[in-house]
Amino acid sequence: MKEATKTRSTGEQVSVTIDGREVTVPAGTSVLDAALSAGIDIPHLCYLPELGLPATGSCRLCLVEVEGEKGPVASCVHPIAPGMVVRTDSDELREYRRTVIDLLLSDHPHDCLTCEQAGACDLQKYAYLLNVKDSEYRGESVWPDPVQDGPAITYDKSKCILCGRCVEVCQNVQVTGAIDFMSRGFEARVGLPPAMPREESVCVECGNCIDVCPTGALAYVGAQGAGRQWELDRVTTVCPYCGCGCLLEISTRDGSIVDIKGAPGAGPTRGLLCVKGRFGFDFIGHEERLTQPLIRRDGELAPATWDEALDFIASRLSAIKEKHGADAIGGLASAKCTNEENYLMQKFVRAVIGTNNIDHCARLCHASTVAGLARAFGSGAMTNSVDDLAEADVMFVIGSNTTECHPVIGAAIKRAVMSGRTRLIVADPRAIELTEVAELHLRHKPGTDVALINALAHVILEEGLADEEFIRERTEGFEEFRKAVAANTAAFAEKITGVPAEAIAEAARLHASAPAASIIYSMGITQHTTGTDNVFALANLAMLTGNIGKPGAGVNPLRGHNNVQGACDMGALPDVYPGYQKVVVEAARSKFEQAWGVSLPASPGLTVVEMMHAAAEGELKALYIMGENPMLSDPDVNQVEEALKKLEFLAVQDIFLTETAQLADVVLPAAAFAEKDGAFTNTERRVQRVRQALDPPGEARSDWSIICDLAARMGYEMSYAGPAVIQDEIAGVTPIYGGITYARLDVESLQWPCPDRDHPGTSILHREKFTRGLGKFHPVEFIPAKELPDEEYPLLLSTGRILEHFHTGTMSRHSEVLDKLVSVGAIEISPADAERLGIEDGKHVTVTSRRGHIEIAARVTDRVAPGVVFLAFHFKEAPANRLTIAALDPVAKIPEFKVCAVKIAPAAAQ
Amino acid sequence: MAENATPDRLVSQGPSEDDVVAALDSLDARPETNLIGALQEVQDRFGYLPSPALEAMSERSGIPLSRIYGVVTFYAQFYTEPRGRHTILCCRGTACHVKGAGRVLEAVERELGIEEGESTPDLMFYLETVACLGTCFLAPVIMIDNEYFGMLTPQKVAAILQNFRAERQ
Repeated sequence: MKEATKTRSTGEQVSVTIDGREVTVPAGTSVLDAALSAGIDIPHLCYLPELGLPATGSCRLCLVEVEGEKGPVASCVHPIAPGMVVRTDSDELREYRRTVIDLLLSDHPHDCLTCEQAGACDLQKYAYLLNVKDSEYRGESVWPDPVQDGPAITYDKSKCILCGRCVEVCQNVQVTGAIDFMSRGFEARVGLPPAMPREESVCVECGNCIDVCPTGALAYVGAQGAGRQWELDRVTTVCPYCGCGCLLEISTRDGSIVDIKGAPGAGPTRGLLCVKGRFGFDFIGHEERLTQPLIRRDGELAPATWDEALDFIASRLSAIKEKHGADAIGGLASAKCTNEENYLMQKFVRAVIGTNNIDHCARLCHASTVAGLARAFGSGAMTNSVDDLAEADVMFVIGSNTTECHPVIGAAIKRAVMSGRTRLIVADPRAIELTEVAELHLRHKPGTDVALINALAHVILEEGLADEEFIRERTEGFEEFRKAVAANTAAFAEKITGVPAEAIAEAARLHASAPAASIIYSMGITQHTTGTDNVFALANLAMLTGNIGKPGAGVNPLRGHNNVQGACDMGALPDVYPGYQKVVVEAARSKFEQAWGVSLPASPGLTVVEMMHAAAEGELKALYIMGENPMLSDPDVNQVEEALKKLEFLAVQDIFLTETAQLADVVLPAAAFAEKDGAFTNTERRVQRVRQALDPPGEARSDWSIICDLAARMGYEMSYAGPAVIQDEIAGVTPIYGGITYARLDVESLQWPCPDRDHPGTSILHREKFTRGLGKFHPVEFIPAKELPDEEYPLLLSTGRILEHFHTGTMSRHSEVLDKLVSVGAIEISPADAERLGIEDGKHVTVTSRRGHIEIAARVTDRVAPGVVFLAFHFKEAPANRLTIAALDPVAKIPEFKVCAVKIAPAAAQ
Repeated sequence: MAENATPDRLVSQGPSEDDVVAALDSLDARPETNLIGALQEVQDRFGYLPSPALEAMSERSGIPLSRIYGVVTFYAQFYTEPRGRHTILCCRGTACHVKGAGRVLEAVERELGIEEGESTPDLMFYLETVACLGTCFLAPVIMIDNEYFGMLTPQKVAAILQNFRAERQ
């Protein structure tokens, strides 16, 4: 963001006079920004600072008079100077502006009567303000029909005023570079390269161009004819997809969503959205939503009343608890649900059922982060903030396909690189979008992260690049660590990882020499049997180079779900209460016993995968699942299915009849994110308000109220007027959330730790000291993945996500736009392997592992290296997790989704 | 040689991957700093800007393809459709007209089997007419690339074109 850089680089304050008022702003500020900061509005059409769009001075509407200048100047690109005297309004300026509007209207249809943008159109606004009724320059116009390149976005050249906002946002903020001005004169338009189909272009259909369009030339197809601007109700809430925490402005009319836009300048990502957040909302009003409780009768799920369903669940759980004990029951909370719901869910399992068998899908994504960073630093969360990324001199992205899995943070990384400030190192087995802009791509073999990271540390130590002062004053365990990496030379790592030793050394020097180097990682690090070791290795690297507790640095795990951070914070984990207070620590236990008025079990409960194992062995008899779909998300789903079928009782509350719900004895219809109030905590520990925009369909209810009713039926009073009151209870027992109230969340967002009501929240952790006091080095050594390719299963399968879909597809695959973009999965295979195995691009193949097989189309691409294949796990038709192995990290119990062995053959040959 | 060029045939004759690589390897202008210059060089080589060359240029330079096409479509000098490598400009200025430029143009068209604004199927020549080449003392005159051919008759035209082609094959 050029503007941000400009403002940051100058500390000096300058005073100018605008319309007779003295205004003091930082040197380098434009006249327009100075005026806006003083509340003086100057008409403008091309400038839009909220999203970080650089000023281009193209629309000429923001002309002002500056004393001493010959003629009027464009205020958006005219920097202030000390003592400058500016006039923003005069008869002459009005005449200039009228001419600008007049010229724009000369080639613009005056169809405000039927235009979708009427009421929100900047051109219309200024025509009205400046009283321009018609154009004096009207000539013959050539207006081609609107074009629609993708499933969601339409472009009407007749309405386009060529202000360039969409081009700027696409090129410089989203940094996709899909569209630009094409042609010239009356032919000029905005678009993709001529004659290029969208699928072949780099366009990601993010729709950020729509948000910035001042006239409605760029628009969402689905909103056409769905309502006039003044008929829409607007609610600001938080995106339900990944952990970026983008704020959404949902517009509704008559109980359904018309469109979703970013909130310009607001939230951690300043209003930028990705294709999922903006267009992936059809699931909310989908006809397949659950609308009434279902109870299995004679083998079939049949409609029931809430009373019947809740009474049935209560009696079954009570009976099983009585017969087999509380530990025969487990509960799964949800990374999709609110903090309040997760808090109540774990409270229900602990206080009402009486077991610590509570977990959720964080086990499958960042359990190793929570375990590793908590041990190393004392806090298992992202140390720095999204905003802070731009401060990094070097970014080391490892095991994160950021532009697809956290698209808006991916854009922030690309912006930082494009600005010239940040140098990027990417370590990833695949050639991903970020590797295109990276200075170094370390293409290591999946599952060799420890060898790679230790080798970076080895080079840094060898060449004397370590931050000795930081190590001495702020850490412990360094000597053991030094010994552990002594044998892990770059040459050793080259043999293990396949990355040339020289490239490792170069990366190490680049990383260690940066004043501020940040580490960004995701599931490529965590989803291994050595997941916790991988995290330790990264924590070691950060401490070794003194990159903790300062801007532009840190260890930054990107969390996968909208509220997986919050669900962990709320104690939806088998070993900790809310705020990571350990169940084995007596003081913590007695505190919660007192707060909840019950006695609590002292030993940690089972994790997700352990619960499945216990169910398969007949030890776990009942499972209560809130908004999770282990039938697609867990490793080795054949075994999961067996386990769930073996349960005596399974209850599921969800928004759809998921693959898991189909196996349940009782299914409860839940409200989706847009149908309830609450709070989500994003990947950077930022707690933000979720606000209700719609009523739930049919009899569906919010998860928190369902849990309350169920608890009451089981003899434990849970009575709350609403999420605000639940948050008050959370604050009372959770020190890191201690200062968070709805009164505050209504006007701001807060990053934990926020211990009291006057605390502003914490953007960077471990500033003066680590949460645990001293940072602790953990010596780790390379251990190979559990199941490696062999003669029978010669290929290494890695699994993950793609941009257009999310998790098990419950939301994204019920959305028309996303489904049109990508309707089926495909397995990525290298050209060399494909040729050897006789596999053609687009043709079906059978993929087989020791645990199962699937049939899926092949995508022959050099994104993957020879010997490696990649599969997304969103598609129920070809569930990747039929193949994956349920081998667990010994500390975090996270499964090894990233490495297992498979064989592939053309489908016809089977 | 006589049949008219059709777009399909022309496209099928686009440059090979090796041609594109060779063209980009030999650029004097760096696209990052002198995009227009680089585009001119590519166009000089192929007679137009083949899309594979622009895509490869985008990939090498990191300049978004949209940005490259933005420049290409802005300037009248750039062509994105296949076009003969050697441009014949037939002068139709007053002096040439009086001295029989019409017959010269006819001769060119007859010899190449194309009309004004078209390319030969082998993409050797592209034919255009211009208002004046500023060399009226050579009337009637044509130009092939940067070379003048003056005092023409229809007979001379055929020989010039045949020689030009022979020298380059």
